Amino acid sequence: MSKVAGDNKKHPLDAYLRMERLPHIWCPGCGCGVVLNCFLRGLLKSGLALDKVAVVSGIGCTGRAAGYIKLDSFHTTHGRAIPFATGLKLANPELKVVVFSGDGDLVAIGGNHLIHAARRNIDITVLCANNFNYGMTGGQLGSTTPLTARTTTSPYGNIEEPFNIPYLAAASGAVYVARWTTAQVSRLEKAITEALLKRGLSLVEVISPCPTYYGRMNKQPTGLEQMKYFRRNSVIKPDIDLKYTDIKLDGQIVVGKFVDIERPSIPDL
Amino acid sequence: MSGDEACAEGAISAGCRFFAGYPITPATEIAERMSRRLPEVDGTYIQMEDELASMAAILGASWAGVKAMTATSGPGFSLMMENFGLGVMLETPCVLVNIQRAGPSTGLPTLTGQGDMMQARWGSHGCYSIIALSPNSPQELYDLTIKAFNLSERYRLPVLVMAEAATGHMYEKVVISPVSEIEITPRRKPTVPPEEYLPFKPDSDLVPPMANTGDGYRFHVTGLTHDERGYPAMTAEAQDKLIRRLVDKIEKNKGEIIELEEDGIDDAEVVVCSYGISARVSLIAVKRARDEGIRTGMLRLITVWPFPEDRIRELARRVKAFVVPEINYGQIALEVERCAGGMVRTILVPHMGGAVHNPELILDAIKQVVR
Repeated sequence: MSKVAGDNKKHPLDAYLRMERLPHIWCPGCGCGVVLNCFLRGLLKSGLALDKVAVVSGIGCTGRAAGYIKLDSFHTTHGRAIPFATGLKLANPELKVVVFSGDGDLVAIGGNHLIHAARRNIDITVLCANNFNYGMTGGQLGSTTPLTARTTTSPYGNIEEPFNIPYLAAASGAVYVARWTTAQVSRLEKAITEALLKRGLSLVEVISPCPTYYGRMNKQPTGLEQMKYFRRNSVIKPDIDLKYTDIKLDGQIVVGKFVDIERPSIPDL
Repeated sequence: MSGDEACAEGAISAGCRFFAGYPITPATEIAERMSRRLPEVDGTYIQMEDELASMAAILGASWAGVKAMTATSGPGFSLMMENFGLGVMLETPCVLVNIQRAGPSTGLPTLTGQGDMMQARWGSHGCYSIIALSPNSPQELYDLTIKAFNLSERYRLPVLVMAEAATGHMYEKVVISPVSEIEITPRRKPTVPPEEYLPFKPDSDLVPPMANTGDGYRFHVTGLTHDERGYPAMTAEAQDKLIRRLVDKIEKNKGEIIELEEDGIDDAEVVVCSYGISARVSLIAVKRARDEGIRTGMLRLITVWPFPEDRIRELARRVKAFVVPEINYGQIALEVERCAGGMVRTILVPHMGGAVHNPELILDAIKQVVR
């Protein structure tokens, strides 16, 4: 999103963005803008009272989203968005609290908080943009980097098995789990609305391009190429055994709404 | 009741309605009592997965407009330092209680220490000022926990109650004040409409008013260096402006913040300067010294941070020496020495932890001065 010349061109979401903070810091081809766009559209569709919606981010590229959204918004410490959100929600259950952050923040450094929030079924929505690496620091190996993928700290190829986020979230107790890519915006938007309206811990993983680092080091050097890969390789399989939603380098990306169940939530108990 | 239980009661009296914590000896009894008491007053207790999460959760709760506290000891205190820094940066009122045991690392989990006094001051990275109180009895764990909440609301920062295992596990009579008699400092709310609200625009005392989440202000706050709008400002100038204010809002209001207890200072040739349980033990030595004709004063630091530099400097002009007993190998003694500025001697009476001082050691140090 670059600055629009003149003042008569308005984007329908301008009213929900801190326009004085644009242009944003995201690279050309980055998926964070798509996720932000889908989040705002999904939020508006949910019909939630916007004054009662708070967005909490951690650290990282996606973590900057909180700073652009014109709602009560918090840019916290690396990995701690979920516990911060937990305190916010429990202290005022009237709030709808959304954690908007990246895979490194939520699944690596903050992984323990994610599984415990899911176990407790805290009534928050977690939006996790997964770009398979640490973008903000220049493209290092993360806990979501596919096996054999190259990053600046796995120059010979990643030897570690990555986390399968939907499997992890579902096993930990999340009541709503979906995964889409930035190439399926209307489905993503719908999932976000559903997640926001779900009581309990809902998680939407968004597979998102990082052409500057991850893509460039793994033969998809532009956002467009990564988006084409997402579209070509996405398979909608909502009923799949989540064991099989792991993502391999250049492999299939299983997408869909995997979990939508009822379970008592905190603070309802 | 025990000091830990008194601390929990102090929090309830102060209006604390949110506690997030993680069990750790010797602070666990605070969490236990809060888990029983908070539901009785429509508050929320949550046991988090670790101390990183506990500290983050109380910051979140405070931004929802609810008074919040956590309690821990050494190892947990180390973990909390991460989000303690966020609390300082976001200027978030809350209270962190450290019932100190002896360290480093797992150290002596059940036995007393005062080794976290410098960590309290500088434990999170970067430059900032803080407030830390040091109670010497279960009654003071009650009273100073209330005071900690008031200071945190007044100056918008996490306030530390730095007690010790010896006091946390001490049983004494505690007077719980009736609600009507407790002075409570309310949170300073914005007086402007949302479109004019700047979350970090300070009043004349350098403290900005604070909006609640969900009240329609639609504010943004960040742990990054920020301007008055709360927006990231990645420049040396913005850093200079923000950090000066974060430090100055404490240092320039020191006169209002610092509480000391003095006894027999006026004609003293030796001043014993101590805090917490060590100050209490020192009283025995002070009395014995006086009985032996040594003019000995007692200066008890109820507020340890900000440090009472001015008072130490004044005293340094007319006493012969300071004697500083503490359960570490010299932390607050360094501050006393700095303020004494070479004018008089500072004699550290260290204890490595696991017990309180034998008062004889403190008496010996007092006698060294007049020998």
